[in-house]
Amino acid sequence: MSFRTIKRHFRESGKSLTRNGWMTFASISAVTVTLLLVGVFFVIMMNLNHIADNIQKDVEIRVHLDPSADAANKELIGQKINQITAVDSAKFSPKEKELTNLIKDMGSDGKTFKLFEQDNPLSDVYVVKTKKPTDVIKTAKTIEKYQYVQSVKYGQGYVEKMFNVVEVARNIGIVLIIALLFTAMFLISNTIKITIVARRREIEIMRLVGATNSFIRWPFFLEGAWLGILGAIVPIAVIAGVYSYIYDTVGKNIQIKFVELLQVNPFIIQISIILVLLGALIGVWGSVMSVRKFLKV
Amino acid sequence: MIEMSQVNKTYPNGVTALNGINIKIDKGEFVYVVGPSGAGKSTFIKLMYREEKPTTGTITVNGVQLSKLRNTRVPLFRRNLGVVFQDYKLLPTLTVFENVAYAMEVVEEHPKDIKKRVMEVLDLVGLKHKARMLPTELSGGEQQRVSIARSIVNSPQVVIADEPTGNLDPETSWEIMNILEAINNRGTTVVMATHNRDIVNNLKRRVIAIESGRIVRDEQQGEYGYEL
Repeated sequence: MSFRTIKRHFRESGKSLTRNGWMTFASISAVTVTLLLVGVFFVIMMNLNHIADNIQKDVEIRVHLDPSADAANKELIGQKINQITAVDSAKFSPKEKELTNLIKDMGSDGKTFKLFEQDNPLSDVYVVKTKKPTDVIKTAKTIEKYQYVQSVKYGQGYVEKMFNVVEVARNIGIVLIIALLFTAMFLISNTIKITIVARRREIEIMRLVGATNSFIRWPFFLEGAWLGILGAIVPIAVIAGVYSYIYDTVGKNIQIKFVELLQVNPFIIQISIILVLLGALIGVWGSVMSVRKFLKV
Repeated sequence: MIEMSQVNKTYPNGVTALNGINIKIDKGEFVYVVGPSGAGKSTFIKLMYREEKPTTGTITVNGVQLSKLRNTRVPLFRRNLGVVFQDYKLLPTLTVFENVAYAMEVVEEHPKDIKKRVMEVLDLVGLKHKARMLPTELSGGEQQRVSIARSIVNSPQVVIADEPTGNLDPETSWEIMNILEAINNRGTTVVMATHNRDIVNNLKRRVIAIESGRIVRDEQQGEYGYEL
């Protein structure tokens, strides 16, 4: 395809947008509404993921060893833990170190615990991290059964609940986004179908004088892309504005550990790119689907 | 140039339009296709520009075997063919010039060549001075001349016309015939389906008569042969 032809296709697609003014407006509105909803879901989901990841990254299993275990037993347990495929790392932390950590963590009150340095009541601990946070529960259950393991702690109950909530939220989000995208595609394909029916004669004549299918298809293809891209402008503006507002006011006032929103700078750009691509994609898909009917392929 | 052998055409609804057609049209010939309505004339014409495919039999046009032609190659095949219709098939939003230029844009010719060539063919059909007008501002005969200009702008070897004078009064019809004759005199094969008895009997050329899907008559310098 020559550069001149490409230019012609662009010109034709632009002409078609203005010629079918109201239909163009209707399609763009359809894309706008859809992308706005999709965008909002995306923002919520990605932040939720981010928070969940933060929390999950900190989930670790603390394996408390029985005081009666001797050095060889401890060594053996360490080896067994490391053999579990889901385990990323297992660090041995002797009870003396546990005590110093405790003293440090308690701050000024910690000094009281110094008394225990003579007769340390704590147990030796293996701190286990899994490769995937979701493997924590299973791994903990396995380790619990080993000999000389006194107890296993990983925030029982709390961790399970969190994993559940995150997964359910993620699935609902994905389903909603897919449903919205499909709605938008059908709206766009219908709109373009109407403009194409109006141009049926034009297509017929193009076919008679020897235009190839791709030559006929290109302007429609581009028209769909324009509809999608133009439809993405408002959602991007709204999401960027609202998100930075929320990030500046609400995000900074919440000081809960782990709960931290994604930074405006790379995140909004990522969302914008995703929305533009999605818009163009559903636009192109919609137009390709409707032109196909008029071309005997 | 155009050759059909043992061509049958049955439409999906069971109607048999053509039955055992054998024909050979040489380069540079001028051929009338006549016959009553519903005899299969239109199907015969449509088969030639590959709007329809034969159910059985082979058709060769410009050396292309149409039954073996893939759908994607049809546009390329049609570039060597000019087609003219009773209802002109012009785009109402484009000017006369643009309508003719359209056929050249589609084959991605250079704008300079397009301009030159379009003016040349508009001159041939006597509409150079109306190049900037819209089709709706022209008379029927003028619109048909634009349509003919479009059909020959890419210098095809064959021009196929389906009742080109069907909507025109006798005098205008003769204008159209003069143009088609001029095109034929330049060596282009012309195949024309018509109901126009006056033209067939006065401008004597080869006549192929189709009735009930069969060729019943094929004579050089023939007559229309049907009573009105």
